[in-house]
Amino acid sequence: MLHTLKFQSQVVAKPYFIFALILFAGQVLFGSILGLQYVIGDFLFPAIPFNVARMVHTNLLIVWLLFGFMGAAYYLVPEESDVELHSPKLAMWLFWIFAVAGVLTILGYLMVPYASLAKLTGNSLLPTMGREFLEQPTVTKIGIVIVALGFLYNIGMTILKGRKTVINMILMTGLIGLAVMFLFSFYNPENLALDKYFWWWVVHLWVEGVWELIMGAILAYVLIKITGIDREVVEKWLYVIVGMALITGIIGTGHHYYWIGPPPYWKWLGSVFSALEPLPFFAMTLFAFNIVNKRRREHPNKAATLWALGTALVAFLGAGVWGFLHTLAPVNYYTHGTQITAAHGHLAFYGAYVMIVLTIISYSMPKLRGIGESNSNRAQVYEMWGFWLMTLAMIFITLFLTAAGILQVWLQRLPEDGQALSFMQTQDQIAIFYWLRSITGGVFLIGVGTYFVSFFVGEKSEVTEVAVAANS
Amino acid sequence: MSDRFTKGMARNIYYGGSAFFVLLFLALTFHTTRELPQRDHRENLTEAVANGKLIWEENNCIGCHTLLGEGAYYAPELGNVFYRRGGEDSFKAFFQGWMKAQPLNVPGRRQMPQFNLSDQEIDDLAEFLKWTSKIEVNDWPPNQEG
Repeated sequence: MLHTLKFQSQVVAKPYFIFALILFAGQVLFGSILGLQYVIGDFLFPAIPFNVARMVHTNLLIVWLLFGFMGAAYYLVPEESDVELHSPKLAMWLFWIFAVAGVLTILGYLMVPYASLAKLTGNSLLPTMGREFLEQPTVTKIGIVIVALGFLYNIGMTILKGRKTVINMILMTGLIGLAVMFLFSFYNPENLALDKYFWWWVVHLWVEGVWELIMGAILAYVLIKITGIDREVVEKWLYVIVGMALITGIIGTGHHYYWIGPPPYWKWLGSVFSALEPLPFFAMTLFAFNIVNKRRREHPNKAATLWALGTALVAFLGAGVWGFLHTLAPVNYYTHGTQITAAHGHLAFYGAYVMIVLTIISYSMPKLRGIGESNSNRAQVYEMWGFWLMTLAMIFITLFLTAAGILQVWLQRLPEDGQALSFMQTQDQIAIFYWLRSITGGVFLIGVGTYFVSFFVGEKSEVTEVAVAANS
Repeated sequence: MSDRFTKGMARNIYYGGSAFFVLLFLALTFHTTRELPQRDHRENLTEAVANGKLIWEENNCIGCHTLLGEGAYYAPELGNVFYRRGGEDSFKAFFQGWMKAQPLNVPGRRQMPQFNLSDQEIDDLAEFLKWTSKIEVNDWPPNQEG
């Protein structure tokens, strides 16, 4: 029994969070390998070729965020619904199934050539592999669907039995959308133009659509908890923000349809709607800072407040500002597929999704561990150092990649045929920025280490002792 | 926010707005799929092209290269490699030689793995890249270097 939890079944979130963090560390480690391979081309070749390291890096990202989202749902849905989780046992079963399948998949990537993995897992029967971010073997994809269905059933039944709050409903629509859009990963036509068109239904409609609902719901939940602000106020904001996210994001898919085959009108649609996509992120920043300014209580978990504000602000920078930077068709014509894309991708994913998962972990982990409302001050100091090291490192990684991208466009894309440098010549010219990125990646890694240390220092907090004394 | 803007109105924006744009997106998708055959020239999509795409996928080429600008940014764009490396006249010959020469083993240079494909498989892959280069993509990339 944990006196720190309102519902004992919330505890199933803990393994999800811990495993998510382990995968996060793996993701960053492989990111560092990739960074070095940009400048030391034969680093770890042929043991870990770039494509394998990259697949591990991006797949770990997706999977750990999914673990994070599930953990978040298992933690907050019982409390929001005011009822125990429908089946904690099912949640634990699904945890192990997903964890084992995930680890096996990653080992598969690392230990056998991808073509052998494809053969081994029957890709020829239902080819779904080898497309960016959807590299998982078909069996793993089927596993993901099964886990997602079980998860949705569990969360859905809990909400049905309990209170249907706005946070619950938006989280649920986000999660259902996540599962439904993933089904398009099974559609892989022989026609590349069609393939790419619907590939974006998973990729874009996830990260610039339904995931934003999940993010908004989690952020709203944490803000209510740490500020004590009236739920009514938060809920109105939440509706407006996620409404704007969908209104701009759905047709905003068009900014991916410029150069892969669909008709030219997408250049207009994509430009107009994706130019509006920063709005919900801007609103989210206003919302978060507003709410924290008007807070009705001083929550002892300062780190969680920092993460929440950081999420809102960095998501706006990464997804909003850096997205807008190259989203208009005339700009994108030159920047598409350059390091500018990589720069935007890094800050957007970190700001929006990495940070929201770390926010809910920061808020809930002290309770899940039975420590109290917050970790000791000492642990929080480490956690906040982790926050600043990781966040600043990521901002500088983004700046260096942006510089690399601008130079790449200048040398390789802008000149006429015959004057433009080739891809590899350009890469040599911009190596300095890759070195700077790699060094900053080292700082990010130190940040991850510092953040991890925060879980192991000063476990006993003053707050807990007071709470325990009061209870006895 | 002013009191006149109620939660009910916010909720209607969320559900109503998204429903409207989902429908609009589906309508646009329907129109796009009707237009695509003229733009992707699917009448030229042979068995070799289809097999080439499978080879492309099963060797995770997208993990280093971009294709029509999407993928990894570690190796050159291949959506237009057919034109960059000789077109009808010499692309296939170049491509056979290139695939067999990997890895180049130049110290410090980025290395492309040896995928041990048969001549036929390399030819199919070349067919796939050739077909891809002819999709109408609004004149992207800006120049041959991709």
